[in-house]
Amino acid sequence: MKLGITFVLLYIVLAPFIGGFLEGLDRKISARMQRRVGPPVLQPFYDVKKLLNKQTITVSTSQMFLLITYLVLMVLTGALFFYGADLLMCFFVMSTAATFLYFAAVVTSSPYSSAGAQRELIQMMAYEPAVLLTCVGFYLAAGSFNVADIAGSKISNIAYLPGFFVAFVFILTIKMRKSPFDTSASHHMHQELVKGLTTEMGSRNLAIFQITEWYENVFLMGVVGLFIINSNIYSIIAAVVVILLVYFLEVLIDNSSARMKWQQMLKITWAVTLLAAGVNLIILMVVR
Amino acid sequence: MANIKRSPWLLHYDGSSCNGCDIEVLAALTPVYDAERLGVVNTGDPMQADIFLITGGINEQNKDVVKQIYDQMPRPKVVVAVGVCACTGGVFKDCYNILGGADTVIPVDIYVPGCAARPQAIIDGVVQAVELFQQRLDEHHEQMKKEA
Repeated sequence: MKLGITFVLLYIVLAPFIGGFLEGLDRKISARMQRRVGPPVLQPFYDVKKLLNKQTITVSTSQMFLLITYLVLMVLTGALFFYGADLLMCFFVMSTAATFLYFAAVVTSSPYSSAGAQRELIQMMAYEPAVLLTCVGFYLAAGSFNVADIAGSKISNIAYLPGFFVAFVFILTIKMRKSPFDTSASHHMHQELVKGLTTEMGSRNLAIFQITEWYENVFLMGVVGLFIINSNIYSIIAAVVVILLVYFLEVLIDNSSARMKWQQMLKITWAVTLLAAGVNLIILMVVR
Repeated sequence: MANIKRSPWLLHYDGSSCNGCDIEVLAALTPVYDAERLGVVNTGDPMQADIFLITGGINEQNKDVVKQIYDQMPRPKVVVAVGVCACTGGVFKDCYNILGGADTVIPVDIYVPGCAARPQAIIDGVVQAVELFQQRLDEHHEQMKKEA
């Protein structure tokens, strides 16, 4: 109980810093991959600081409310996760948060923003099966949906769930808005979509969006860590190593692939989900 | 006052440029010059931009577009005219459709001459714009205080 609350507080305070630092590393590594010097590692923090200092221009007054709801729900998702609560509940709250992001984008009725929002919905359709199957996988492996129970397993769950791990890392590319699946918005300018989902977000709103992304990334990395962690305290080190490796893999994929059409994204994601997670699920059910 | 010098986001608009300067603007972001080491991001969105890079002269058709983009940018903002056409109209100065440089419709802060402007000159212009950007923020804060 006390440990759970400590984790929640640590998450709420530290997640933006960890998320921002990871993004800074991402930009630095991306630059090095392109043989550039790249921005300082603290660049994302400089950006957010500047965004918060600029004049606020709002296209629609309700947008800020919707974005703050998105932020609060995303913090709640992570808080539930690090408290050790129900994993299914975490993902449902995350989906609700994503819906608010969709509303924040369409409320402006800008064509670019709306097109980005429609693509965001398709992205949700693409990754949601893998996310739900991951929960089922954890239940079958650990016998509980509770994060605390899953984390306290005798053996790392990845031993039972390698297929689910592949499927989850695959959809992480979508969740982290990385190429080839950055159809709705990305950190780079899109030729046909300007900034997609975030086109009509003024400086302050964009800062909120950015901070929410950091919370979200830390939560998602937490789920990656959940595959590794077990009752042995040293498994935390292994989890951190795996998280960093997965993050590096995402940066590598981002820098070495071109953007796909949504049709391809949907097909490939569902195929990978069915093949990796589905086959793993069948094997687990037969064996158990 | 908050230090915002480390994060200048650019908005690049091509007026009636021959694309010579535009290529050089993009060259400033390539590995050789790498403007991102200064925190520069080439954003396509006026609502999120700090520095307005404009290339090419102003003509009858794009004067409203340029004005609108300028108005959509939140304060503090800085305008940099890149290339001699954006500074004065250049070789197109006396054309029937050209009004002149970017300063005929919006206030221009920094002029980067050249045909085409070299990437080094563009980066130098941006660095000067960043100084002005910080100064503008302080003015913006003072204005906000007065309004409050």
